[in-house]
Amino acid sequence: MLLSIRQVEKHYAEHVALRGVSLEIPKGVIFGLLGPNGAGKTSLIRIITQITGPDAGEIYFDGEPLRLEHADQIGYLPEERGLYKKMKVGEQLLYLAQLKGMKREEALIKLKDWFIRLDIKEWWNKPVNDLSKGMQQKTQFIATVVHEPKLLILDEPFSGFDPINANMLKDEILALKERGTTVLFSTHRMESVEELCDEIALINHAEVVLSGNKSEVQNRFKKNQFAIRFTGELGTIADIDVVSSQQGNAILRFAEGLSTNDAISRIIKQVNLLEFKELIPSFNEIFIQVVNETNA
Amino acid sequence: MNKILLVIQREYMTRVLKKSFWISSLLAPVLITAIYAIPIWLAMKDKEVKKVAILDQSHLWKASDLQDKELVFTFVSKSETAFKTQFAAEGYDAFVSVPGDVLTNPKGVHIYSSKNIGLSLKESVERLIQNKVRQELMYKAGISAKVYEDTQVDIDSETITISESGDETNSSSAGAMILAGVMGLILYVTLLLYGSQVMNGVIEEKSNRIIEVIISSVKPYQLMLGKIIGVGLVGLTQFVLWIVLTIGLTQFTGKFYASKAKAAVELNQGKASVDMDKAMQDSPMGEVTKVLESTNIPLILLSFLFYFFVGYLLYSSLFAAIGSAVESPTEAQQFTFIVMIPIILSFLLAQYTMQDPDSTIAFWASMIPFTSPINMMVRLPYGVPVWELAVSMVLLVLGFLACSWLSARIYRVGILMYGKKVTWKELAKWLFYQG
Repeated sequence: MLLSIRQVEKHYAEHVALRGVSLEIPKGVIFGLLGPNGAGKTSLIRIITQITGPDAGEIYFDGEPLRLEHADQIGYLPEERGLYKKMKVGEQLLYLAQLKGMKREEALIKLKDWFIRLDIKEWWNKPVNDLSKGMQQKTQFIATVVHEPKLLILDEPFSGFDPINANMLKDEILALKERGTTVLFSTHRMESVEELCDEIALINHAEVVLSGNKSEVQNRFKKNQFAIRFTGELGTIADIDVVSSQQGNAILRFAEGLSTNDAISRIIKQVNLLEFKELIPSFNEIFIQVVNETNA
Repeated sequence: MNKILLVIQREYMTRVLKKSFWISSLLAPVLITAIYAIPIWLAMKDKEVKKVAILDQSHLWKASDLQDKELVFTFVSKSETAFKTQFAAEGYDAFVSVPGDVLTNPKGVHIYSSKNIGLSLKESVERLIQNKVRQELMYKAGISAKVYEDTQVDIDSETITISESGDETNSSSAGAMILAGVMGLILYVTLLLYGSQVMNGVIEEKSNRIIEVIISSVKPYQLMLGKIIGVGLVGLTQFVLWIVLTIGLTQFTGKFYASKAKAAVELNQGKASVDMDKAMQDSPMGEVTKVLESTNIPLILLSFLFYFFVGYLLYSSLFAAIGSAVESPTEAQQFTFIVMIPIILSFLLAQYTMQDPDSTIAFWASMIPFTSPINMMVRLPYGVPVWELAVSMVLLVLGFLACSWLSARIYRVGILMYGKKVTWKELAKWLFYQG
């Protein structure tokens, strides 16, 4: 495990931000931290980045209790992010890299690599003020990863990115994962969860309400529903409910214990089957369902 | 620790590399030198010699009575009514008519000039006429010219301070007052100036949202301390530049004038150098020079740098705390007054301290950390016992440590607080938040 969070509590004067939160984040995975606004995601991230401390509970980073020195092995891109407007891009990135414990010369070499890779060499001497929003986002991303952190924390990384930059970011995240970086990212955008994440945890009202491997979680929320396309007349079939049916498309729910093969053999007795697909619940559905259940 | 150095370096470099820093660093010494040098320059400048015609109907004056380096007198014997329309045409700058009964009618003297007469010309003429008239009147009253001459003494007192151990030092209370006032004013302005620079720096980091990235790398107190020290070093650099450049420039102009004065002495039998000395003594800088000669300059300079730096650290940590609690400089105004009150109060107390530097109020004002930077510097040119200086310095350092501890507690909460109208009650609560 790269990060073990055990029974972490955080209370503020007026409300509880985290209550008994425990999470295990294995090395080299992309871990999605989901939850509605105000659920406690940012509070948890600020505790991991040691911006604030927990009231109770323990955190282990790479097997050791989390210490100040670990800050240099974590890269953090906050949701609300900015740069010094009047500083030049290169100078600013050098400063931020050195704050993460890099030597100046080392940072210079790594930064040059990034500038060549993202084809932004001519930005080095520009003040941040002269950059467009997209350019600033690239700069912020470089600042987050230049010191090659073991753990990369991205809070709503796609918010405010245009589609091209969002794609660039996605590719870079996957490339970092290839090189062994563990990525923790918090988001409400469920499609990016489906695309990128290996593991997820859903936080609502300061507590972890759902967690696990992505496909395992999806399997847990399967409702035994299947979509079919067919020609012919769909009548009543034993152990199969027709949830909806129109113009040769139908959604069916199979009774508990009915195997797929048996179901198909029963269906093809009635209609000419063109297509058969298991319905896997989307994370959007899972998210809404779980949040509604826990709110109730 | 290393990270604080990085923060200090950034804060320092981004400010020192600005053009405005160098402009103000260079301009101030030039201005100070100018204040010092212009009176000397004016005194040494070759004056334009004016030609004055004089109609002396009283026949009191001889040519030897009318010696003046700026005026050349020529006796004329034409009627006043005729000559007053002609003197300009004949090349005179002015025409003086002295009536025969000038001893009984001193208001009968007329000075005609084509252009508006200069005040100095009028004064020179009046002085020459008045001296002679007084001399004549004294003579008539039975007082000899010798007695009159002997009574024309100038009093120029010298003030001497005697310490408890009996050491005597020359002191000039006017000069000490000027020096004290100037140092008090500079501290007042710079404490406010650099303090608000720190505040605006904090607001900038908070409002452009880089703060969260930075404090995921360094602890909030490291960032706060780094910023305060960095900006403070900019202030120190500026003072050192001012001091070095001012001393350099005044030395240079001093040497320049000294060599000129030497040449003038040879030409004018010492007249010019007397003028120059007099000009220097009369100018305010001359008084300050006198104090500087009688006081311990390194002590004053080092104390000044100390009181600036530590006083600044104390106030700017409070400014930083305010900056962290708000999101814009306008929003900060409701809190800044509480920090500005002690600075303004120090300055008001300093006016009193200057009048009476050894009073009880002055003593306490120079001891209490909030008012001590300005008030101790105001007292220092008058002479302060070493133990008082030492206690005041130690108290100031303790005051800074206490203020920065309080400020850091507000700061670490404030920098992450957005979209909330902060009240005094809220600030007080932050002091007790757990990390």
